[in-house]
Amino acid sequence: MNTAAAVVTAPTDPFLILADIRKSYPGVVALQGFSMTVRPGEVIGLVGENGAGKSTLVKILGGVTEPESGTITLDGVEHRSLSVAASMTAGIAFVHQELNLFDNLDVAANIFIGREPRRGGILRLIDTQKLRAMAEPLLKRLGAGFKASTPLADLSLAQRQMVEIAKALSMRARLVILDEPTSSLPLSETAKLLDVIAALKRDNISVIFISHRLHEIEKAADRVIVLRDGSTAGTLDRAEIDHDRMVKLMIGRDLKAIQSAPAQARGAVAMRALEVRTSTYPGKTVDLDLHKGEILGIAGLVGSGRTELARAVFGIDPILGGRFEVGGEAYAPQQAANAVARGVFLVPEDRKGAGLLLDLPISQNISLPDLPRYSSNFMVVKSSENAAAETQRRNLDIRTPLVTTLAKSLSGGNQQKVVLGKWLAMKPKILIFDEPTRGIDVGSKSEIYRLMRGLADAGVAVMMISSDMEEVIGVSDRIAVMHEGSISGVLKRDQFSEENVMRLAIGKPLHAGSTG
Amino acid sequence: MTKKDIGLLILIIVVGAVVASINPRFLLPINLANTSNLVGMFGLVAIGQAFVIITGGIELSVGSVIALTGVLFVDLIANHGVPWPIALLLMIGLGVLIGLAHGLLITKLKMQPFVVTLCGLLIYRGMARFYTGDSTAGFAFGQKFPDLEFLAAGRSYGVPNSFIALIIATAIMWVVLHRSIFGRYLYAVGKNEEAARYSGIRTGLVIVSAYVICQVMTVFGSIYFAMYTRSIAPSAHANFYELYAIAAAVLGGFSLRGGEGSIIGVVLGVVLLQELQNLVNLLGIPSSLNFAVMGSVILIGVIADLEFAKFRQRRELTRELTPVGRKIVPEAAE
Repeated sequence: MNTAAAVVTAPTDPFLILADIRKSYPGVVALQGFSMTVRPGEVIGLVGENGAGKSTLVKILGGVTEPESGTITLDGVEHRSLSVAASMTAGIAFVHQELNLFDNLDVAANIFIGREPRRGGILRLIDTQKLRAMAEPLLKRLGAGFKASTPLADLSLAQRQMVEIAKALSMRARLVILDEPTSSLPLSETAKLLDVIAALKRDNISVIFISHRLHEIEKAADRVIVLRDGSTAGTLDRAEIDHDRMVKLMIGRDLKAIQSAPAQARGAVAMRALEVRTSTYPGKTVDLDLHKGEILGIAGLVGSGRTELARAVFGIDPILGGRFEVGGEAYAPQQAANAVARGVFLVPEDRKGAGLLLDLPISQNISLPDLPRYSSNFMVVKSSENAAAETQRRNLDIRTPLVTTLAKSLSGGNQQKVVLGKWLAMKPKILIFDEPTRGIDVGSKSEIYRLMRGLADAGVAVMMISSDMEEVIGVSDRIAVMHEGSISGVLKRDQFSEENVMRLAIGKPLHAGSTG
Repeated sequence: MTKKDIGLLILIIVVGAVVASINPRFLLPINLANTSNLVGMFGLVAIGQAFVIITGGIELSVGSVIALTGVLFVDLIANHGVPWPIALLLMIGLGVLIGLAHGLLITKLKMQPFVVTLCGLLIYRGMARFYTGDSTAGFAFGQKFPDLEFLAAGRSYGVPNSFIALIIATAIMWVVLHRSIFGRYLYAVGKNEEAARYSGIRTGLVIVSAYVICQVMTVFGSIYFAMYTRSIAPSAHANFYELYAIAAAVLGGFSLRGGEGSIIGVVLGVVLLQELQNLVNLLGIPSSLNFAVMGSVILIGVIADLEFAKFRQRRELTRELTPVGRKIVPEAAE
């Protein structure tokens, strides 16, 4: 291979070849015998459960870690490992889930941060006009609908990702690695991102697309590499890419369909929202019934008022008008403590910020909302709270031997189980899930779905806000779709389809004949 | 006791040993009694501050509150014939009011603790000076309050009663902070107020309570300071005392971001600070360098603590990775 260094590679030849890469950490093999090639203009989907080795691979490509063995061949030159600088000069760019952008600057300034064109001689002022002129063509290439002078704060999450990608283009990227770009994107925005991937492909730029959302991988990828336990579980070409096949390779077995029928007919109304108005959409009202024993999916675009509704029910935000009823009685929570006292619980969207105290052990997270129960004479009795946490650990199968483990050292799926355990240790009447499986791997996802179904079967009223179409359709018994602050329609099981949800989400009526 | 507390205790003993070997007067009963009296008074105030810092807040008005309640207390008992227990209760009531006001401004109006309590610092100092017409409040010649003087400035078995008061307060507050439900709530709110609220904790109530506790402890400290100095110049009395309290908490392992620290830690912090003051005096270091010595020691202490924490983290990381299975693989970043 070394001798081929001078040869200019033909466009269809791979410019990046990984061969037999191995990387281990003390006690764990993160990658083993891993090989892959990247051709110009190719979109490679990379999937695998958490812990399968995706991050390690990304780190190796970024030059952050060195593999122990194997070779990385870049443009015909063989390397043992890449340095960060070598990775950058080779044109490998990363767009991470957490974006490195500045809210207080405009788009152009973000793209060229640290590399601004200067004017004014010794004053070295920033040449804003030139800066924007340089940024415009990059945005055009990506088909962005905003200007270089737009303040970043005005952009949606998907648009911000475009800015990151434009930044990569400005550094002459040849390979853009998108690490979970869609996990926090709403449906409509996801489509935009897939368009951007297509635009990159047209420009002969390669993309490695890492995602838990297999639907998008299905749509975007030319080839899919499935990782399991540090090695390649399979490679699927364009024609072979299909959802079930990917899942099977990822977990090494068939995953039972997530859809499950309720064990019983839905019960009485557990909660009723009557002409409720929230501060985000003061002019719109929400009317909604939530029954015992059902899973009510709440679909809609991000910003349609779903999270605001959940926060209002849980007493985090005050409502501007209307009222709630729980179990037929008036319910006006002034703060979350009131909601908790009535058995209304929320598993929030922001697991790490609002769901958990990461620095506290599992046991203390679980006991926190109901601490007086684990106390005598105002003193916390540790043995009693540990016992309660242990029960939850076993019931929910939280994978750690001790309940004194700190919450931050758990994986996403196990953290979510701790949040859930916190509420299951009490007596939930109404349980609201806001994006319950975001960033959680396939295996844990189906466990969470099973738990939700179990709760509904036990008579709990479950409300699930989700931007994941597959999840909304697969898990819900009914789907209420929100559009700009109000419920634009409620779908029954026989009306479930991606198209129906989407139409209601963007405020269009259902097709004639399909309205229930 | 945490490892941090033990480290601090060792430092206190080492510094003490060095000072004693250079100047044996350090160990004279009179010196120890004086120092422990100061430790007792500053300790009461610092414990109060600790409750606020745990929540991620800060209370800057402490020195001014000591001046204000000090002049009021002395004036009430010396010039208006109010029995001292009544005067004490009135001052505690004033402390509760001030704490409530600060806490409510911070939780209801969402003002920053720094701003609220900085304004408090200016306001109460001004009120103290205005109340006495900027003149010194003190007792008339020969005025005596035997019970009060015994409790505030006397000694039992050679131990200053202020120090005994600190020990009692430490014991009570240790239980409150480290064992009670309220203490758990304080830590939860300090570590992540949002998550605490989402767990159904009345975070506003917890924070307001912390400011009230702080001011009540400050009032107790204030009475001790008043009876110790016996004359209070409202423009200078207790200046910067909030900073001593904050410094003690920081030395004792508190994070100003909240959610971290122990009662033992803050008390040891006070002991170390007073030991350093004493060191400056006993070793003949110019007293103008007093603050410089204190600042340097705090700075070095915090740097050492950070470096030690990093070292511990690295060691834990390598240890964690060895025995267990897949879970800790880098993917955990998800």
